Order: sequence, then C-alpha cells, then structure tokens
Amino acid sequence: MAVTDEYALRVDHVSVELGGRPILDDVGFELAPGDLTGLIGSNGAGKTTLLRVILGLLTPNSGTVAARSDGSRRSVGYVPQKFLLDPDMPLRGRDLVALGIDGHRLGIPRPSRRRRELVEEMLAAVNAEQFADTRIGRLSGGEQQRILIAHALISRPRLLLLDEPLANLDLRSAREVVELLGRIAHEQQIAVLISAHEMNALLPVMDRVVYLADGRAACGTADEVVRSDVLSRLYGHRVDVLRVHGRVIVVAGDSDDAEPTHPHQHDHVDVF
Amino acid sequence: MFSGFMVNAWIVSTLVAFVGGAVGFFIVMRGSAFVAHAIPNGSFAGAAGASLVGLSTLIGLGVFSLAGALGIGLLTRRGRHDVATALSLVFMLGLGALFLSFSVEYEPAVLSLLFGEVLGISNNQLWPTICLTILCLLVLGLLWRPLLLDSVLPDSTRGIDPFKLELAFLGLVALTTTMTVPVVGTTLIFALMIGPPAAARAFTARPGLALALSITIAVAIVWGAIAFSYETYWPIGFFVGAFSACAYAISRVAKAARRT
Amino acid sequence: MHAVLHAIVEPGFFSSSNVQLAVVIGGLVAVVASGVGVFTVVRGQSFAGEALGDIGAAGGSSAYLIGIGPLWGFLGINIAAASAMELIGIQRARGRDLATGIVLGLGFGLAALFLYLGTTESNTTGAPIQILFGSLFLLPSSNLPLVVAFAAGTIATLITLYRPLMLVSVSPELAAARGVPVRLISAAYLLAMAVAVALSALTIGAILSTALLIGPAATALRLTNRPHRAFLAAAGIGVGCTWLGLLLAWDSYYWPPPRNGWPVSFFVVTLVLVAYLASGVRRRRPAVSGS
Repeated sequence: MAVTDEYALRVDHVSVELGGRPILDDVGFELAPGDLTGLIGSNGAGKTTLLRVILGLLTPNSGTVAARSDGSRRSVGYVPQKFLLDPDMPLRGRDLVALGIDGHRLGIPRPSRRRRELVEEMLAAVNAEQFADTRIGRLSGGEQQRILIAHALISRPRLLLLDEPLANLDLRSAREVVELLGRIAHEQQIAVLISAHEMNALLPVMDRVVYLADGRAACGTADEVVRSDVLSRLYGHRVDVLRVHGRVIVVAGDSDDAEPTHPHQHDHVDVF
Repeated sequence: MFSGFMVNAWIVSTLVAFVGGAVGFFIVMRGSAFVAHAIPNGSFAGAAGASLVGLSTLIGLGVFSLAGALGIGLLTRRGRHDVATALSLVFMLGLGALFLSFSVEYEPAVLSLLFGEVLGISNNQLWPTICLTILCLLVLGLLWRPLLLDSVLPDSTRGIDPFKLELAFLGLVALTTTMTVPVVGTTLIFALMIGPPAAARAFTARPGLALALSITIAVAIVWGAIAFSYETYWPIGFFVGAFSACAYAISRVAKAARRT
Repeated sequence: MHAVLHAIVEPGFFSSSNVQLAVVIGGLVAVVASGVGVFTVVRGQSFAGEALGDIGAAGGSSAYLIGIGPLWGFLGINIAAASAMELIGIQRARGRDLATGIVLGLGFGLAALFLYLGTTESNTTGAPIQILFGSLFLLPSSNLPLVVAFAAGTIATLITLYRPLMLVSVSPELAAARGVPVRLISAAYLLAMAVAVALSALTIGAILSTALLIGPAATALRLTNRPHRAFLAAAGIGVGCTWLGLLLAWDSYYWPPPRNGWPVSFFVVTLVLVAYLASGVRRRRPAVSGS
C-alpha cells in the first residue's frame, strides 16, 4: 500500500502506432510508490510496447511518460522477459548483481568493500545467497529471475518493471517470486509494475491493476476494474467476469457483429 | 578448348557439378550448411596424408571424408558442437598443412587441394569419378523420399530412424566431397553445393523442379568456370566462388522482389 | 637441470633473433586473440570469427598482390567484412550459415585469384603458404611496431568495453533499458574481433586463425566461473600454446624429415585442441562454486 501521495510514474494519454496499426490508444495511469500493480492483458494487447515506452526505448506518437527523478535511467529498474544466458557465460550470480551498480559505465569494475557489501545485501534481500556463486547460465528459471531482480534493485530505483516474469516458472517458483515482489514493493516503497497475461497468480499481492485490451486501458483496484461492465466497455463487446473460489475468470460472450466466433480469434474464453 | 586432355576435364567436371548440385539441394533443404563446410575441411588432411604416403588422393579424401562425416554425426548429437567441432576441423587443416610440408611440392599441392585443379585431371581419375557418380546418384535415389519426408516432418516416426538417415546423408556428402574436391578444391566445394540450390529454391518450390534447376545451375557454373579459366589462366576456384556467389545473390534478390 | 633444458630445447633457440621476435609477436597476439575470444564464445559468434579468418585469406593475398605486408590486407578486409556483418545484422539473419558459406567461397575464390596473380608476377615462393598457414619464424621485424600498436589498442578497447559488453551479452534489452548504446557496443566489439582475427592470421595463417580466437577462450570458460579469471586463463593458455608451439617447431628441425621443420601453426593448433580436450576431463568433477 502506498504511504505517500507522490507518484512514482505517471503515464499521460499515451498513444503508439506501429507499422500503421494502433497498438496503444490514449493510455493513462499513475503508479504510487509502494504499490504493486499488475499490467494485465493477453498477448498482443500492447504490454511490452507500453513497457518500452516507459523505459524510454520507444517514443509514443502522443502523450508523455514521467517518472520521478526522471532523466536518470537508474531510477527505473527493469527485468526483461527473455535473456540469452549462455551456460558458459563467466558471470556468477553475484557478478551480474554487481553489474547492476555500474554495468553501463565503461571500463572494468574496481572491487571495493562497499560494492561487496551492497551485493551481499541485495542477494540476501532476494534469498539468492545459496546460488550466488554459480554461473548464471546454469541456474533455474526462478533463480535467474531472482538474480535479475537483485540486479535491478541494487541501484535503488523508485520504479521496478518486470516483463512477464512468471511466464516460464513452475507454480512454486512463481509463488515465491510474487511474494518476494510484494515484500519489496511494500517494504522499500518501490512502485512495482508486473506485466502478465495471467492475473490470478498476482492477486494475493496486487494493489492495483492496469488492464489492457485492444490498446485501451482500465486502471484501478482489482475490484474496481475486473468487473463485467468495465471490461465489456474496454473490449467493445460483452464480457463476463466470474469469481470462483477466489480466482477470477473472464469469459467472452457473443460478439455483436455477424462474424462467427472462431476459437482462434480474440473473443474466446480467456481464463485469467 | 575441347581437344585432347580437356575432354577429360569437361567430362569429370560435368559429373562433379551434377552430383554437387544434386546433393547440395538436400544440404540446403536440411539446413546442413555447417556439415557441408566441415567435411571438406577434414578431407583436406586426408588428401594430404594420402599423397604423402603415395596413395591416390581419392582414397585419402574418401577415408577422411567418411571418418569426418561419422565424427560430425556423433559430435552433433551431443548438442553444443560449436567449439569442439570447430577446433577439430582446424586441427584437420593443420594436419594437412603438416603432411604437405613434408613434400617438396608443398605450395602447389596446397593450392591445388584448396582451390582445385581441373586441368590436371588424368585418365586415372576419370573412371573412379564415373563410379562415384553412379554410386552417389544411386544413394541419392534411395534416400530421396525419406529425405524429403524428414525435412518436412522431422519428428515423424514413420520411415527410417532419423539418426541413421542423418548418418547416411553425411556419408553421401562424404562421397560427394571425395569426387568433387579434386576438381573444385576443398574451400570452394561448399560454394558449389550452396549457391545453385539456393538459387533454384528462389525460383520454384517444387522439389523435383528445384533439384533439376539446381543441377543445371551447378553445371552451368562449372562449365563457365572451366571456360574462363582456360582462357585467362586464372584459377578455376575463383570463378566457381564468384559465380556461386552471383547465383546466391540473384536468389536473394529474387526472394526479396517476390515479397513486395 | 642444464641437461634437461638441452634435451627439450634444441640449440640456438634462445639466441636466435627470429625466435625472439616470434616470441614477442606470438605472445602479444595470443593475449589479444584469446581475450577477444572469451566474448566471441560467450556470445555464440564463433561462426563470425571463422568467417573473418577465411575472408582474411583474400585480404592477405590481395596485400601480397599489391606488394604491401599481409597484415594490412588482413586488417583491411577484416574490418570491412566486420562492418558489413554488423550492417546486415548477420548474427540474427536467417540462413546465416548459408550466407557465411557463400561469403567464404567468394573470399577464397578471390584469395585463389590474388595468390595466382601474385606468384606469376613476382615469382616469389612461400607467400601463399605464409598467408594461408602462417610462418611465425619468418616475420620481418618491421611488423613489430604495428602488432604492438594494434594489440595494445585492442586490449584497451576490450578493457573499456568490458562492463557494457557483459551487460549486452547477457541481455541487449536490459542493457538498452540501462542506457547502454547497444548497437555501438556490439559494433565496437566486432571491430575488435576483426583486428584480433587479423593478428591471429599473421601468426598462424588465415585458415587456422580461429583456433587462437576460440580455443583458449573455450578452455578457460570450462575452468572458472569468475569473469576476470576467465580472461587471465584464456590469455595464459593462448600464450602457452603459442610459445610451446614455437619451441616444438624449432626442435622439429631435427626431427624427420631432416632439415625441414614442422609448421608452427600445426603445433599451435594441435596444442589448443589438446588443451580444450584436457579441460573436458577435468570438468567431469561436479563444478559447483567458484573455482
């Protein structure tokens, strides 16, 4: 939960068009420090594009993005979805975390006690001490995830973005990562934004949700946003939201136009 | 250009181009470019060793090509084949350099093995080449359907065990190498086996037609190379490399044009 | 002790100025090549290294044709080729193996042509062998300042690029998000690789040059977890193989066939392979924490 009124990130009327196609349409929301927000949407809804805009890797056609203490990229921590980790890569977990301090600067790092302590602190924060000395290419998905989180956190960002962190994790690792992220957000008052196409794994720790569909966004708490009327308006056709045993299921109803429903078009049963 | 000793050269090189274009078709289809690059390198050592010991280079080529093919087949099975195979291939080349350094004819031997030597093809090579051609085409005929099936449905459980098929195919490439290298050289056989099929594929998707086209282009390249080499005295390898690159470039342009 | 030394080292080794030059040049080149090679192997760009080596053959032989030292030829064409590769984005291109192979064919075709023209014009022998397979003992001392300059420059580049290049190699996306100019760093690295391969071609020949690039590096990567140790180990192995190769080549003058000597490049390449295979044996033991 946020304890201050300041925002960590403000997205204002952002629209993005790629190759003539509208990807994001007038998206706007605010993230407060300490809030863990889920960026939910199916594949192709525009999640990665939005993240790239926030990171400054993509300039929107219109709209602005403002992060607190902007200008310096280190105010934003980022954990990408895919990374090619060659098993031979001569970087231990702790080396990669150390690179989080100054990896963008030229030259070789100068070892110092301060660096070592900082790295140890981060490794402890993500429970990665046991495998900190193993090559990153040899770690499991969940372990790599935690190392990357530590790497992102070590520069003390105000905003932490994660692109589909749970996609390739087994249930247990996913739960551990989610708990960890919740703890980080609340204890360190960092705004955490997690993109996912599966909302249920995040429900226990999620404070707010940004729901993306067809490039449009609805923002608020889960109770405010994940409702039949809100989502129906977002999708442009009828959508029902069911809650079953604490889990949320979004079901597409019949579409209003004459096209026959096809299991492979987007109006199929989205089980979230 | 067509008199006396040149007749042999024309016959042999036509056969070489024929087989090279045919087998190359499958190399491109299976994405086995690396293999086609690797086996000739290894055979370099074999030819060098054979000439040192006094055996016909064809035997040395044959033995080392087959051994190399098997070796690669086994190595690639183990997954990461980058470094181990690369180092072994380079070692083969170094070994070949070593063998050749023992002979008085060090330099010319190196150059002709690497870059080919059509004009020196004697009668001795005519008949082995013919036999190898027939053998290669027979094997290719046998493997035609399984290879086609395997490239379209690689995990199909029908038909031959894929590993055995791969080994058989590697053996075929080894045989092709054995007969092609004396003409075109180890460094250029790859170009001959890639350029024509790539060009053919850009113009048609039907396998039979593509195969025929690949062979035709290969033969055209080799004929052109011989003719130009005969006139200018420039090494045949240069023309083969250049023409193959042209064929490949044309295929890329055609593909790009088709997409727009 | 003296007796042992005499048994291993044939007379004249340490006093020959050719050998001293070879030791210095060979050592420098080995350090550069294996250092760059660590990144090459880790980034999975071994094929690019091999391509550059083979293209270098055309470069070296064109230099020979024009009458300038082969090093300029290697450097010139390698840098041009590396730039082209970067522009095409060859590491991501589909059919990359095919394209590389065609370029190889063209490169060797040109090499064949240039060597032929060169030998008929100048009527010297030995140059083709020198370009293709190297001849470390026969390098003129005029090469030394060039080699030192380029080696120093490449090492300096590697040290400068170290941190951002590591980040880019882990995840270009992550590096970009941190403000690293990914394209620039990758291009700078490709240039470093071009120079390293060119230097390697000078010592052990264009055709064999990849051995020094990827062999010691791959071996070192098997032996240690820590980045700086990997680089040191690679350099050590590279230099060791080169110097030992020099020694053996010198000694081999007395081995059969008489008065011939075996090529240095053969020894270097073989030693590199042996080192790599030997490290595989060691690896059987479970490697858990940093070594």
